[in-house]
Amino acid sequence: MTKSLQKTILDTLAYLVLVIGALTMLVPFLWMISVSFREPAQQYSRSLIPNPFVFQNYVDLFRVLPNNAFLALVFNSFKISTLTVIGQILTCAMAAFVFAVVKFKGRNFLFALLLATLMIPPQVSLIPNFIIFKYMHLIGTQWPLILPAFWGGAFGTFLLRQYFLTIPRDLVDAARMDGASLFDIFWRIYLPLSKPAVAALAIFVFKDAWNDLLHPLVYLPTDMQQTTLTVGLAFFQQQLQLGGKFTVLMAGAFLSILPLLIIFFIAQKQFIEGIALSGVKR
Amino acid sequence: MEYGLKPLGREKLWLWLMLVPTIIGLLFGTIGSLLATLTLSFFDWDLIGSPTWAGISNYDALFKNESYMEAFSNTLKFSAMYVPGVVIISLLLAVLLNRKIRGVGIFRTIYFLPTVTSAVATALVWNMIYGRDTGILNFMLESVGMSPICWLCTNNAMLSVVIVNVWGAIGEGMIIFLAGLTAIPRDYYKAAELDGASGFQQFLRVTIPLVTPSIFFQTLIAAINAFQAYDYIYMLTRRSGGDSSVPVAVFSIYRNAFHFFRMGDASAQAIQLAVLVALFMGVMFWWERRYVVYE
Repeated sequence: MTKSLQKTILDTLAYLVLVIGALTMLVPFLWMISVSFREPAQQYSRSLIPNPFVFQNYVDLFRVLPNNAFLALVFNSFKISTLTVIGQILTCAMAAFVFAVVKFKGRNFLFALLLATLMIPPQVSLIPNFIIFKYMHLIGTQWPLILPAFWGGAFGTFLLRQYFLTIPRDLVDAARMDGASLFDIFWRIYLPLSKPAVAALAIFVFKDAWNDLLHPLVYLPTDMQQTTLTVGLAFFQQQLQLGGKFTVLMAGAFLSILPLLIIFFIAQKQFIEGIALSGVKR
Repeated sequence: MEYGLKPLGREKLWLWLMLVPTIIGLLFGTIGSLLATLTLSFFDWDLIGSPTWAGISNYDALFKNESYMEAFSNTLKFSAMYVPGVVIISLLLAVLLNRKIRGVGIFRTIYFLPTVTSAVATALVWNMIYGRDTGILNFMLESVGMSPICWLCTNNAMLSVVIVNVWGAIGEGMIIFLAGLTAIPRDYYKAAELDGASGFQQFLRVTIPLVTPSIFFQTLIAAINAFQAYDYIYMLTRRSGGDSSVPVAVFSIYRNAFHFFRMGDASAQAIQLAVLVALFMGVMFWWERRYVVYE
């Protein structure tokens, strides 16, 4: 009797803490949405429900900025993030396949070397990469953001290799009997059978590329026709603040997170399991 | 015997072709650029003239130049608050969620939201929330009779930035702890109960020891993220001149390399950061061998 009473009290306390915590997590998002639907004069109002409820900020976002800059930012972010996903999936999957399935001299050494790079902070690569891209006259273009996605990476390779190792060897041997080549086995057996792992990696890579601030800030800091949404929003924070238009800024912020929110609600399982299972991240 | 498919004839070429991107990445992206940064750290170079040998003077500057020392110590201070904050709060939330209460899925989704969305977008709204005269946080303080706080002024900015960073990271930590907690066999708790252990004793003697692998892993991840923290700090503490009221190591590297074009100094700072990460990992793995319980 006292035991169940104790459990009820503890459960209630747990709920209380969890609900307060959840509100703390949610309020910034609700506030962002709320402000984005207000009239500019109401931007500092303390009421969560916009009164009146206006769409004008979303219209302004596409009209007020010169040369359709916001549309360009959205397009650039989509383009760069999509190309990053394609590059990472292709190059990491190829390497993961070779490391997981093929026997060759130097395999363990190369794989250990790759894993060791997980310890190198990305900021260390930034300076030499900037210099290389400068000599290639690529600063001010989107190439420095896209090309590195096509040179593999320890995190993606490790994640896919772990999955490839679970695919039964018999399939490989059978395919070999039928005269399948190495590349056939990769392209026709391993890739199609690894859709869950590929999907999880694709989501992660897309999220990181979409949210990246440091790299576009280094390579494309001011060109609103070429750069990404994150840099654009950081730039407009100062511009719009001068005009005092938080309402338009919040509309931009909300639109910028909307694609990822949609992906998250559709593929929540992959998202969360990816984190729980992957172990290493970056 | 180690299993492995033997490449036949021309397939040896295919094998290396499939590794070409990864090898380029090692050469230019990671190992190669670590060596390049290390080399650059012994030169002075503004990217315009030719590099001149600087000996260890750039490393000397790390301990003499006040703004570099401030940036590095800010990174340490930030990490000292951020890492325990993330680990303790996300462990607590995971323990509460593990009580088999209803609505676990909804809570998990809500706590995870900041992990999905960009720091840039959420920092914009935090900037409003932290507003001195207009923000809702001060409005809430005033409505309970407290005096308003200037959240993003120099004195408080560090704490305010830590709060937002912790807010953004506990969802991910919670997931990792939840995975660790659900892996603990129920029998252990039953056995402890039979021995007359109270709920709190069970937490201390069963849960904590068995969740040490997750604590280890989460501390490692949180610390690496803390050493590299940048986005929220850039968005919340940037001043109009381009500097920051809480300049951390990465902020200082970025400014030195890409605004002032002091490539040598920036490289030495980057190496300092890499050494910090490596040292921390070394300490953590030593700690793991002594204290982490693997079943």
